[in-house]
Amino acid sequence: MENLLRVNRLSTHFHTDEGTVKAVDDISFRVGKGETVCIVGESGCGKSITAMSIMGLIQAQGASGVTGGTIEFGGEDLLKLGKNELRTLRGSEISMIFQEPMSSLNPVMTIGEQLTEPLRIHRKLNRKAAAKRAVELIAQVGISRPEQIMDSYPHELSGGMLQRIMIAIAISCGPKLLIADEPTTALDVTIQAQILDMLRRFKDESEMSIMLITHDLGVVAEMADYVIVMYAGKIVEEGEVEVLFDDPKHPYTRGLLRSKPVLGQLQDELYSIPGQVPDPLELTESCYFHDRCEFCMDICRVKGPPLRGVGERQKTACWLYEEANVHA
Amino acid sequence: MGAYLSKRLSYIMIILAAASLMIFCLYAMTPGDFISSNIKLSAERKAELREIYGLNRPVLERYWTWLTHALRGDLGYSLAQQRPVLALFNTYIWNSFLLAVVSTFFTWVIAVIVGVVAAYRQYSWFDTLVMIVIFGAMSIPSFFIGLFLIKIFAVDLHLLPPGGITTTGSNAVGWAHVQEVIKHMTLPVAVMTLLGTGSLTRYFRSNMIDVIRQDYIRTARAKGVKESKVLFGHALRNAMLPAITLVGFELPALFGGSLIIEKIFNWPGIGQLYIQSFGQRDYPLLMGFTMLIAILTVIGTLLSDVLYRIADPRVKL
Repeated sequence: MENLLRVNRLSTHFHTDEGTVKAVDDISFRVGKGETVCIVGESGCGKSITAMSIMGLIQAQGASGVTGGTIEFGGEDLLKLGKNELRTLRGSEISMIFQEPMSSLNPVMTIGEQLTEPLRIHRKLNRKAAAKRAVELIAQVGISRPEQIMDSYPHELSGGMLQRIMIAIAISCGPKLLIADEPTTALDVTIQAQILDMLRRFKDESEMSIMLITHDLGVVAEMADYVIVMYAGKIVEEGEVEVLFDDPKHPYTRGLLRSKPVLGQLQDELYSIPGQVPDPLELTESCYFHDRCEFCMDICRVKGPPLRGVGERQKTACWLYEEANVHA
Repeated sequence: MGAYLSKRLSYIMIILAAASLMIFCLYAMTPGDFISSNIKLSAERKAELREIYGLNRPVLERYWTWLTHALRGDLGYSLAQQRPVLALFNTYIWNSFLLAVVSTFFTWVIAVIVGVVAAYRQYSWFDTLVMIVIFGAMSIPSFFIGLFLIKIFAVDLHLLPPGGITTTGSNAVGWAHVQEVIKHMTLPVAVMTLLGTGSLTRYFRSNMIDVIRQDYIRTARAKGVKESKVLFGHALRNAMLPAITLVGFELPALFGGSLIIEKIFNWPGIGQLYIQSFGQRDYPLLMGFTMLIAILTVIGTLLSDVLYRIADPRVKL
């Protein structure tokens, strides 16, 4: 499959008074054209920062930001683009939806104003044409009475409707890549399914790629072609979705899958991974998962494992398999 | 909205009725009056004058007379100036208003722009510099800055007149008159702007810092909106909302005059007249002016509530 996005050795560090936080630490991955890649992990593992780095929104947030690597999108390194060049890509070629639809829309602007904005900026439509297109978009995301919605304010709509509006904004200029950062986390389960269906439908219709960030393995199973598991700023395992769910290699991935409730299976107590995510300020050279890992070996405490291929369609960063590779 | 307004207006009537009684009693019951301060008058003459002015009547009766006249638009007669109070207001208040409206305009424009940029570049050298200047300007008293500017621009450089509203003896009309007034008001407006901008800038800076951390600002950037439009379009609209409360307070300030500035620059405004009337115990004028400020204050609060309704769609009246 042809690459749309290629992230190569990306590092995003924040310098704080207490020390440097390696929020994203030397990660590489790719998103193919029309592919859905899911990034999974616990809160604070660097999923969202990865997305914000790609969008070029880290610097805008006033942090020290991306410290190394390349982000190739359609053959161009996004990190080398000027502010304005990057801005013209945002919202048109790459767009993003967020976790909290309730707070993601400006409370004092009408839905119409916010929805026509990218059309006017990127498509250079005039007010009337943009409004016409916006009404179509609202209808496309399955909201009835689109004309009335145009004049509504965000507080007058429900969370599910707002997330639909966010999707309408995101797809308004026909992006090649949609980054969805926990798009269904704040929504009811029934609404979640509708939103995911809608994303999949738009993807199929327009050959858009989706980079979906989630901690919900149910969502991953439903959406993903390819899965990336992140832990403490690093990729610990990645692979095609069937392989990864069938035969997870990394103890952390296994833990994640075990801690997911399964329908029709009686469990006394739901499994949970012991311990907590390490403090990003106190990380030293080691496998960052070692103190929570039941297979922890001596080498795990002193040296971080590299991400290596295990079989054809899967990669993992774990010394357990490294040894097997060496001996084989 | 209609029901709300009629309810609010009835409250305003009650508040103003109570305020008028309190204002009248405050001045009427203060020991001494306009006549007692004149040492040249004999006791008989004083009693005679009190009889003529009605100052020997019971307080409530006098209040009733004052109130009924005030309702008909007659705030009485200034004893010291020997002119109707309203006519005096009409002469002096507009002079004060001229200074206030121009300096308020500059204060808000500067405060909004500097506050927004300082918030956007929080902790940068620009932000630090702004903070230092603001604290400097806020901690130096207005009479000092006023006199200092007069010394530099009027006395040393002869660029601007030191005080007054027109040049003494000038009878310029039309455009020449306008130019003359602009020259005279430059220094007082500068001082008033300098003093007002500090706290307002800090206010906008902190509002703005709260707003630019919000999710919807991130959304705006993700849409590819220009940074200047993110700040002055998306963010400022939200950061301005709490400032609407201040608009209500600005209304009485626009007409209330400035005691110190008008004194320093010898500006013929209502503030100077007010202070002068205190010295002379010219109670009709003082009562009228205090009442006017009370009326403007309640109208100002009503105005800011209505503005909230217009500016923030989440507010229902």
